[in-house]
Amino acid sequence: MLNYIWLALMVIAIIVGAINGRIEEVTKAAVENASTAVDISLGLIGIMALWLGVMKIAEKGGIIQILSRAIRPIARFLFPRIPKDYPAIGAMLMNIIANWLGLGNAATPLGLKAMEELQTLNKSKDTATNAMVVFLALNTASITIIPMTVIAVRAKLGSANPFEIISTAVFASTCATIAAVTAAKLMQKLRVIRRSDPDLTDRGRKKGEEDA
Amino acid sequence: MLDSLSTAAAIDTITQVAQTATGGSESLFVIIMKGFSNYAIPFLLLVIPILGFAKKVKVYEAFVDGAKEGFHVAVRIIPYLVAILVAIGMFRASGAMDFFVKLLSPLTNLVGMPAETLPVALMRPLSGSGTLGLVTELMNQFGPDSFIGRLASTMFGSTETTFYVLAVYFGSVGIRRTRHAVAAGLVGDITGLLVAVLICRVVFL
Repeated sequence: MLNYIWLALMVIAIIVGAINGRIEEVTKAAVENASTAVDISLGLIGIMALWLGVMKIAEKGGIIQILSRAIRPIARFLFPRIPKDYPAIGAMLMNIIANWLGLGNAATPLGLKAMEELQTLNKSKDTATNAMVVFLALNTASITIIPMTVIAVRAKLGSANPFEIISTAVFASTCATIAAVTAAKLMQKLRVIRRSDPDLTDRGRKKGEEDA
Repeated sequence: MLDSLSTAAAIDTITQVAQTATGGSESLFVIIMKGFSNYAIPFLLLVIPILGFAKKVKVYEAFVDGAKEGFHVAVRIIPYLVAILVAIGMFRASGAMDFFVKLLSPLTNLVGMPAETLPVALMRPLSGSGTLGLVTELMNQFGPDSFIGRLASTMFGSTETTFYVLAVYFGSVGIRRTRHAVAAGLVGDITGLLVAVLICRVVFL
């Protein structure tokens, strides 16, 4: 699907850009955003090193395993194929809590640590597993209890109560999360999706029927 | 998803929370939440090394061992992020967004969404900074405490920048075939944005 969306964005951009007489801006945006992407990636190095270092201590000290055990019932429902108390569960929990608290800086490295753990269970290294898609659904919808950036802007523009959007944003993002996870769980049962399931290509159909 | 009964109950709770929150910017809820934000990171940076040390982990060595991965992870993301950000940047620069706003505007009345906030909704899954820019503009124009200002702020907090998250998370482990992840993410975005309109109409109108 990303193949189609990516192509569509570029084709639409160039055609509409040409019609609107904005083709120069389109070219400029392509070049500028390419270097912005590199800046963003390289900007992650320091913060990534910090959290991956802290996570390694947590892993060796058994803290992540304790967290994994703590949410066993939820984990079994969301990620049925991940072995019990696997460190990926603890890393995902920390990522989700960091997201809730609006700690974007910490949430991304913790999430990437979780992806690394999930990847160790993946039999096909270039294809997403069902567990990864559910985890991504949790992250793309992402509940934030304090959306600090937008609150800061509201305060700066003289809002009488910059925080009053917290409750509505939490409600909307909770619904978004439920919808995204439900969609991920339902779609993984479709035949088209199951055909590309890395867990099914090796173990054959029988195991797949069981999980579905 | 939520049946109508629990939706009504949830709206009640939300309205109550909203009223407590509007009871003054220094309400207990706000103070607690701010405290969490400020102390969460120092707390983790204190507790994890101490617990590790108690479990006889060589904390410095373990930290350095984990941290050396930071560079590789960051570099691995580059091609994925370039692909996504270039396509989105071109799309935004072409003015194609205006075309989609015109195309979808008949639908906004149907769900009770003010036409001014439609660009915010369309931008949300594509670009976080782009959305923040639009939200700021709207609040400048209509005021942060207008219905449009409150709705736009809620929309910003209702979901994440789906395409950015996909590129970074999958990119970090070299996943190219994302399967149904985009579709699930977009279902979440659409739900979050529509619920934002609904809940803001209930709470703020």
